[in-house]
Amino acid sequence: MSILVDENTRVLVQGITGREGSFHATRCMEYGTNVVAGVTPGRGGSVFNDSVPVFDSVEEAANETGATVSLLFVPAPFAQDAMIEAADAGIGLIVCIAEGVPVLDSARVLRYLEGRGSRLLGPNCPGLISPTGKCKVGIMPGHIHQAGRVGVVSRSGTLTYEAVSQLSALGLGQSTCVGIGGDPLIGTNFVDVLELFNEDPDTDAVVMIGEIGGSMEQEAAQFIKENFAKPVVSFIAGATAPPGKRMGHAGAIITGSDATAEAKNEALRDAGAHVVPSPGLIGAVMKEALS
Amino acid sequence: MLEYALIFWAGGSVIKIHEYQSKELLANFGVPVPKGRVASSPEEVAEICRELGGTAVVKAQVYAGGRGKAGGVKLVNSPEEGVEYARGLLGTRLVTVQTGPEGVPVQRVLVEEPAQVERELYLALTVDRSAQGPVFIASAAGGMEIEEVAETQPEAIAREGVDIAVGLQAFQARRIARGLGLDAGQQRSAARIMAAMYKLFMERDLTLIEINPLVVSKDGSLVAVDAKVSLEDDALFRNKDFSDWRDPEQETPLEVEASEYGIAYVKLDGSVGCLVNGAGLAMATMDLVRGAGATPANFLDVGGGADEAKVAKAVNIMLSDPDVESILVNIFGGILRSDIVARGIVRAYDETKSEIPLTIRLQGVQVDEARAVLDESGLQVSFAETLLDVEARLAESLG
Repeated sequence: MSILVDENTRVLVQGITGREGSFHATRCMEYGTNVVAGVTPGRGGSVFNDSVPVFDSVEEAANETGATVSLLFVPAPFAQDAMIEAADAGIGLIVCIAEGVPVLDSARVLRYLEGRGSRLLGPNCPGLISPTGKCKVGIMPGHIHQAGRVGVVSRSGTLTYEAVSQLSALGLGQSTCVGIGGDPLIGTNFVDVLELFNEDPDTDAVVMIGEIGGSMEQEAAQFIKENFAKPVVSFIAGATAPPGKRMGHAGAIITGSDATAEAKNEALRDAGAHVVPSPGLIGAVMKEALS
Repeated sequence: MLEYALIFWAGGSVIKIHEYQSKELLANFGVPVPKGRVASSPEEVAEICRELGGTAVVKAQVYAGGRGKAGGVKLVNSPEEGVEYARGLLGTRLVTVQTGPEGVPVQRVLVEEPAQVERELYLALTVDRSAQGPVFIASAAGGMEIEEVAETQPEAIAREGVDIAVGLQAFQARRIARGLGLDAGQQRSAARIMAAMYKLFMERDLTLIEINPLVVSKDGSLVAVDAKVSLEDDALFRNKDFSDWRDPEQETPLEVEASEYGIAYVKLDGSVGCLVNGAGLAMATMDLVRGAGATPANFLDVGGGADEAKVAKAVNIMLSDPDVESILVNIFGGILRSDIVARGIVRAYDETKSEIPLTIRLQGVQVDEARAVLDESGLQVSFAETLLDVEARLAESLG
């Protein structure tokens, strides 16, 4: 068992014939992901990798193949359209990898998704992987993962790979690893993923990796304090980002002092999470928390 | 601190522009700004002063804040006084609390009609994470840093979120205006200003419009006496003219160079140059360096799709930073191949003949090939396997 995806998940890839799309779709299939369709407007009727039918629209692809998850390799300027197209077609989970989606485009997409049955992961995220379910819907290196019972949720890409490799090296496999993305506006936040891990009988503990900016980690801490019964090991990147350059951003005032790593660690500690002092100790602290 | 934090989260970066450019944008959309123009010579300053009737405010055009206290703003009472002040300012470097000791160059001044101030308000529009859309921020306590107001009298700050599906509604603008304690006529003016701000914000993909102060003049009219607009880097593809608005002279030269190559780089004040892929790992690496008792010289995210030339450029940038005494490479290769990283490093060291010591930690694909490339190069490299090793090496090197 895992959250969000497993070996039965039928995945379509938007932008499958592009350079990145074809590269990563192939890696996902090698990992075991059930990629059932590709979408590239204008390339409908062709076949990708001798096995995956390509369609002109998400609607057609979903109707023909029963795909419920879409992995997007659409360049940032076109991501808004691609995300809304996927939601319009009734795709349940939309995973947007693109970095550099204009923030107002993300705002429009999130507004469009309200009240519809689609969940968005990202933008600017590595995607998600379930080593237990043999399903990779993203760009993370599959080989560092191991099937197991630790859930991982993170705002970062490579720092997540780092945490996962520490876990695997200590024999701590993962149930599902979810990269929620590094953009200020994202579709799925820490609390959403923690809720799913809470209900997953095959996840025993969770690694949560946050970073400075915003107050999402405090909301997660609140949730952990009130509802989360499993051990949480957390690391917040950016504790030593010094004061200095003024970005002149009124956004900072809204979230106030919550944006610092110190404030986030404080909230998480107060919620009973195991706050890791060094990024080199994420695996070791989890091992201890589980023993 | 908070503002600094924002460098990292946005994914893309924010482009700053000068006050005179911000005001030009605002004026084009119908926000009243003081009469005046930008000047780059003392003669022009005199001419504009004369046009304005002799008395004018002369303001240094720099990206850094805190210019008033640093002597970069002056009320002059005659064209002659304007010339004298401009002579002492233009072509010099202004040091403010927000610049380093080296300051920023003053190449232009904005010369404006002085405001007849009755009251000073604060009005801004930005994108808020928790509201997931545009939000107006307003306060009757204008003229001071909004961070300070937030700290000392948070109740004096009002927020009004805008539903992006329908845009700013008139009743919302009226609500904000009433909250600022304006009379009926001023409320109408303020509502018009807010409508203009929203239109500008959405049409040009801005990340921030901050009017501080929005002055209520003695005659009751409203005018944006100081204004700051930030543009979104990620939306440049549909605002192509904005690339010409940038003033690279105002930015740290190494940061400008890095951004031209698509490298996310922020100069810091330490001595360990850090080359990392991924923003989260880059921040964590800085944390690790501090944890070991050393200080990071920079934040640097070379990105996932880097090639040999880009890695070499990144190393070159660090090597040309005089504060860098050692370099730490921490790459977790998913897509980025380790041997490509190694070749990039070797190329940069070959080109510069640098002898700055290197600590390298490479994880991911083609690590053995990378080791071979580095061994062959003859570079003195200390290899680390894990982050804990890196920490230990750093501590060791400090003795």
